Amino acid sequence: MINKRTSKALGLIALFAFLIVLPFTLKFHQQDFLIFLIINILVVVSYRLMTLTGEWSLIHVVLMGVGAYSSALLAKKLGLSFWLTMPLSGIICTLVAFLFSFPLFRMKQFYFLIGSFAAGEAIRLSWVYFKVPFGGPKGLRYIPSPKFTFPGLKEAIEIWEPIPYYFLTLTVVTLCLWILYRLENSRIGLTLHSIHWRDVLAESVGINIWRYKTLAFGVASFFVGIAGALLAHYLGTINPNQFAVGIMVYVLIWVIVGGTATFAGPIIGVTVLSIVNEWFRAFEIWRPLIYGCILIISIMFLPEGLESLPSKLRGVINRLLGKEEIEVNVPERMEKEEEVF
Amino acid sequence: MALLEVKGITKRFGGLVALNDISFSVEEGELRGLIGPNGAGKSVMFKIIAGFYRPNQGQIVYQGEDITSQGASAVAERGLVRTFQETTLFQEFTVYENVLVGCHLHARSNLFTALFRTDKDRQKAVVTKTSEVLEFMGLTDRKDQLALNLPLGSQRALAVAIALAAEPKLLLLDEPFAGMNPEETFQMMDLVRKVQESGVTIILVEHDMKAVMGLCEKLMVLNFGQLLATGSPKEIRSNNRVIEAYLGSV
Repeated sequence: MINKRTSKALGLIALFAFLIVLPFTLKFHQQDFLIFLIINILVVVSYRLMTLTGEWSLIHVVLMGVGAYSSALLAKKLGLSFWLTMPLSGIICTLVAFLFSFPLFRMKQFYFLIGSFAAGEAIRLSWVYFKVPFGGPKGLRYIPSPKFTFPGLKEAIEIWEPIPYYFLTLTVVTLCLWILYRLENSRIGLTLHSIHWRDVLAESVGINIWRYKTLAFGVASFFVGIAGALLAHYLGTINPNQFAVGIMVYVLIWVIVGGTATFAGPIIGVTVLSIVNEWFRAFEIWRPLIYGCILIISIMFLPEGLESLPSKLRGVINRLLGKEEIEVNVPERMEKEEEVF
Repeated sequence: MALLEVKGITKRFGGLVALNDISFSVEEGELRGLIGPNGAGKSVMFKIIAGFYRPNQGQIVYQGEDITSQGASAVAERGLVRTFQETTLFQEFTVYENVLVGCHLHARSNLFTALFRTDKDRQKAVVTKTSEVLEFMGLTDRKDQLALNLPLGSQRALAVAIALAAEPKLLLLDEPFAGMNPEETFQMMDLVRKVQESGVTIILVEHDMKAVMGLCEKLMVLNFGQLLATGSPKEIRSNNRVIEAYLGSV
């Protein structure tokens, strides 16, 4: 009899085995796609942390850019190694987020949306306007690749080819997701969920909503900054257009279609939609149309997101078998003594 | 010194005066009732006391401290907790988790302890406390049920349980008997008495006269934002102004 915990662990091992073997079976541009997908997974999972406290900001992708530019500039101008610039760029992002949280959190809902968009554009346009140090509209080039060295090695190994960089990205993102997952299932996660479901009730038992919004914003920004750094050092060049509002809309779509109730929701969203997007590459002009249709259909029939699909299917199967069950989509639970990791 | 002093509270919503210069005080250990026709301003009063609204004029003094300008979570930290009119629960959580959230003030975690789980002792204490509160409110059997699947009586008991988990000194109960049948009302009355006996001061807003008259030693009557009368249930029942307020001019 395999219990839940063992099957979860086995599932993860299988997933990782698959992910380790995968790039060797793919073509060059597909390996590229895979790297971007893993980076985007970190972007959406970090974004979801903010949506838990009710903040749907439009500044998230720009903060990714802040991470990208920070890491790139620290590496180019100060000659710091990637292993230093990556976490530093995360910290810089958190500081920028804190700075903006003071004016932004005074705005309610719709105004917060507009305000975060304005703040994001202000940052992005400063990259466009200031050739020094941001490189203006053309952006930054010749961003150094991560170097890997250990004693006894004559020359450091540069990580720039897809497969090595893929494993670097996979390792970093897995670590980040593990931290986010642990946070989700901690006391703080429970508090964030309580704010998500009924913030007024949460307040009445002493939960300071502002403090937790700031916490979520800061943590989310840290990780999206790291995602930005990973992007910058792979592409070797970044420009302001890569962090424009169009990309932010994609992030919103991935998160909404995937669903925000569970940890896996946004991951499912970004993976499914990115793969669909790739498949229809051949259909060029029809692509936006097909993409849009899938979006509309999924919102119509699965308004709770793709993550609700398993429980919906279970409901259908139960009904077919004649069982009467009241099944409610239940988010991941805080495991009291049990821990997955 | 009274536990709670309400001094000259006035609240306007645009041109509408919801509360007009209301003053009263509540001593520790009391079970005070606040009644009045619909729209009298009872819930507005609660929201102001608990920090969800700011009054236009006046002060709220709790345990000698002016808390008028403090927000809801700060007020809760000081032991002043309110329940809500419509059944407000974390519907998607289990009964156990609902109360667990209520224990927030004891279980507080920062990023470090959340990631590295270094506060195991504190979290164990919280688990114990949660079980105690569930036991007190008679919800232990239902602890793994989802809140939205509970019958009405249990949902209301859960709402009180969540508030109790926050260890209030002063509890504001907002129409806990609404929609209950006589049997549920009876059980709820017992629970409210139990809470008072455990040392919590209670202000009860309610329409159900049987519950109010049966529980409260002292009543306040509000109508159109004015405090009409204060007194024992017997005095209130025979007060002409109160009768007029409920039944219209005789």
